[in-house]
Amino acid sequence: MEKSVKQIIAKYNTNQTRLMDILIDTQELQGFIGKEAVSDIADALNMSQADIEQTITFYHFLSTEPRGKFAIYLNDSAVAIMYGQRAIKETFEKEVGIKFGQVTNDGLIGLFNTACIGMNDQEPAAIINNRVFTKLTPYRVREIVRYMREGKNMDELINESYGDGKNHLPSLKSMVSSNIRRKGMILSDSYIYGSVTKNILPGISPEAVIAEIKHSNMRGRGGAGFPTGLKWEFCRRAKGDKHYVICNADEGEPGTFKDRVILTEKPELVFEGMALAGYAIGGDEGILYLRYEYRYMKEYLEDVLAVMRKNNVLGENIAGIEGFTFDIRIQFGAGAYVCGEESALLESLEGKRGEPRDKPPFPVEKGYLNQPTIINNVETFATAVRIIENGGEWFTQFGTEDSTGTKILSISGDCMFPGVYEVNWGFNVEDMLDMVGAYNVQAVQVGGPSGTLIGPDEFHRTLGYSDLSTGGSMIIFNKQRDLLRDVVLNFMEFFIDESCGSCSTCRNMPEVMKNKLVRILNGNGVKSDLTDLKAWGKVLLASRCGLGQTAGNPIISSLKNFRPLYEELLQKEKEFDQGFDLEASVQQSCRYVKRIPKFHLHE
Amino acid sequence: MSNLIKFKIDNKECMAEKGTYIVDAARENGIYIPTLCNMPGVKPKGSCRVCTVKINGRLMTSCTTPVADGMEIESSAAEIQDIRKSIIELIFVSGNHFCPSCEKSGSCELQALGYLYQMMVPRFPYDFPLRKVDASSPKIIKDQNRCIQCKRCIKTIKDEQGRSLFAFRNRGHRIEVVLDKELGLMMTEEMADLAMKNCPVGSILKKEKGFDIAIGRRKYDHEPIGSTIKL
Amino acid sequence: MSKPVLATTSLAGCFGCHMSILDIDERILQLIELVEFNKSPVDDIKTFTKPVDIGIIEGGCCNSENVEVLRSFRKNCRILISLGECAIMGGLPALRNGIPIEECLHEAYIGGPTVQLNKSHILPNDDELPMLLDRVYPCHEIVKIDYFLPGCPPRADLIWEALVALITGDPMKLPYEVIKFD
Repeated sequence: MEKSVKQIIAKYNTNQTRLMDILIDTQELQGFIGKEAVSDIADALNMSQADIEQTITFYHFLSTEPRGKFAIYLNDSAVAIMYGQRAIKETFEKEVGIKFGQVTNDGLIGLFNTACIGMNDQEPAAIINNRVFTKLTPYRVREIVRYMREGKNMDELINESYGDGKNHLPSLKSMVSSNIRRKGMILSDSYIYGSVTKNILPGISPEAVIAEIKHSNMRGRGGAGFPTGLKWEFCRRAKGDKHYVICNADEGEPGTFKDRVILTEKPELVFEGMALAGYAIGGDEGILYLRYEYRYMKEYLEDVLAVMRKNNVLGENIAGIEGFTFDIRIQFGAGAYVCGEESALLESLEGKRGEPRDKPPFPVEKGYLNQPTIINNVETFATAVRIIENGGEWFTQFGTEDSTGTKILSISGDCMFPGVYEVNWGFNVEDMLDMVGAYNVQAVQVGGPSGTLIGPDEFHRTLGYSDLSTGGSMIIFNKQRDLLRDVVLNFMEFFIDESCGSCSTCRNMPEVMKNKLVRILNGNGVKSDLTDLKAWGKVLLASRCGLGQTAGNPIISSLKNFRPLYEELLQKEKEFDQGFDLEASVQQSCRYVKRIPKFHLHE
Repeated sequence: MSNLIKFKIDNKECMAEKGTYIVDAARENGIYIPTLCNMPGVKPKGSCRVCTVKINGRLMTSCTTPVADGMEIESSAAEIQDIRKSIIELIFVSGNHFCPSCEKSGSCELQALGYLYQMMVPRFPYDFPLRKVDASSPKIIKDQNRCIQCKRCIKTIKDEQGRSLFAFRNRGHRIEVVLDKELGLMMTEEMADLAMKNCPVGSILKKEKGFDIAIGRRKYDHEPIGSTIKL
Repeated sequence: MSKPVLATTSLAGCFGCHMSILDIDERILQLIELVEFNKSPVDDIKTFTKPVDIGIIEGGCCNSENVEVLRSFRKNCRILISLGECAIMGGLPALRNGIPIEECLHEAYIGGPTVQLNKSHILPNDDELPMLLDRVYPCHEIVKIDYFLPGCPPRADLIWEALVALITGDPMKLPYEVIKFD
């Protein structure tokens, strides 16, 4: 590891577009990116310090202030709270003696909230110095804090057994579990990696690969569902000096964790799929954009890539195909949900704030470094390999006509067996609930906070692009849950925290809507508030990206499907109430001037 | 010219050169689409969303979308006008826009849009956020109360080495546009003039200057914003 | 038919909006023909003596008395109008919003550069004085307001047009120059 900021800058060739790497390495070297480091980086890259800091302050895991020798990031997503996160949080605060958002005076421990870390099936969970601690209990928290004070190192902090699957490998040594509960074509063990590259690619042209993918009718697994073959074809046709393959592994949608499992258990399949895409579009460089929450996989994935290079599944003249050169590097994000949006991801890849780009142009024409680029989900690349192995026709027998193949679901919340399930598209919600052992179900959040909240009268609906479209996040809530307080409010806060802030709509409207929701929850709601919320939510549709356009969905969707929950909180007798409380509003001033508030009409 | 293409705005036949942004193409055809963050000649970012139009049932920003042959653009429909008005109101309540005490009043583009859309009161509650005023530069005052995060200063005010004097800080609801501490001290008179001129509101003000145009002679005292465009 | 009854008040305002009412010039004579004034600083009637049709509110609410007066206007008036920036959004008094009330009081009575004589650091706290609110509230955050006339002050023509339209039911004429926020 580099020993100084200057060495780090040199490692990345003083390249502005590698600013993210420079910042992440600096943060890891020093525990923060202080004034001196900012000044060094700014001078080297010929940028203003404010310009460097605008990138730092965009990302949750980067900081201009020290975050502590042990930086503890506790997940505060809805499911974490359902699994007892509040007790964990209180214990941390009590044991460490500070509030969340603070660092101890001795600089030893920092406590921070963080959005869903992709561990919904093993909450409460926290990230401590890039290692994930799952299934936390108050006892473990006390112990961990004690160990920290006793000067123990990170390895000594862990006394649990490692997780299932490959999590025990020396390069992972992780207590995270993969919890694969149903296998299909992606998660099955029947595929031997490299066989498509070595046995099939030498005999098939790039155009034929694209034709086969098109024939399969596969659509993107990230959620938006754009036909994969078409995307590859557009990119192949686009003119550029270089074509890029990007794998979007920024799975930030609360409740989804299947990419973490695919990358843990089947990374070779994903990387092979990226190389396959490179072959198809005529690109020789691939980048895995991995969310920082999964930093613990870095060494493991680097090892996998090294072995693949050794086996000539990556590298030069792959499988003996003259001119088929492809390699992959891993680029980390630094804590920003919006970077899962493909154009924000590109900005981040180029070392900038993750602000989505205006479209057109689309990435297939002008993507990474303004060159033609495909960006696909982890699962999409893995699926592409199986399609080329068995043919597009074979693939169409799985799923439904408009949603072919399988889908890997991340299922969490109130059920017996949370985890990862690979099912054929067309599965209905009822079967899904029975599959995972979910009883007394009040609601299911399909597709995460940006998706839809549905109730029992819609459980007959099926998963697919034409009905319930989902990137894979399924969160189950039983009848004991307070949907508005524990779910909708939490999701709104999530969107407020995660907006990039570029669009006036997404920057401000979710806060306005949340404030109204809080007023309703406080008992000050009136009927017109519901009309307002519905109308105001529509303004968000004028936002640039999917995050902004869906940032009102927690309220809009619950208002549509669970309206009685709102109605029972409204004041029946009042038509007007903005929540003003005269007695409460004079308390502060009266206390200061030492008088007891008295109320009488002057009239 | 062979590059001329045909398109429609609110069913009116229009023509413009291929690749022209809708907002500019509309202007060339005598149609005003309101903008706030946009500046002629500067790469657009579509951050204020005021220029929203509807194309094929989708809301798009006309400052970032180029016209295409046969494109049908809806701009003056009640629904779109109401979205624009909502956005303007949203920007008003999200900052501290005290027009009566603002040096830019009368020449402020946000205020002018408020007039254009006859905003009598915003439909949203006022946020009254706690914001700071940065007077550390010898040349300008950066008043965060009035900043609308349009990015104009970030995009246009650079030193001779191309470094940005202004930049974003934080994200989402807590986002701010800040002045670089070091470069702010070295700001030239010309940069300060340009920064104040490019700021659509009263967030960037030159020091020792203000209220220098009499009421009645300010930019939007008599004619609405955009009125020079209409044919 | 009896004339519509009008009432006006100034809460946390500067009376500038009332000046602007007077600024309708000779039309004030027409106004007196059109309406009957009840509680208002214009005629100095202190309390409501009958149900009122139109109540005009200048100023936002910065203290408990403002709230009580505003509420009594809502109770006694069929239609309420927020007149001017202070009523609509707090106006200049609302510049204190965001600053803790303790800091405001300290600046005004103890620490401020203009405080010369308050050697014993007395903070006004007599029961007869209105109590300060934690911030300045726009009127429509406290009671329902029916119409809003912006301006600092609202242009006399705007006030005149709005009143005539309300009384006669004719559509309001709003030339560009009458709607201003300053």
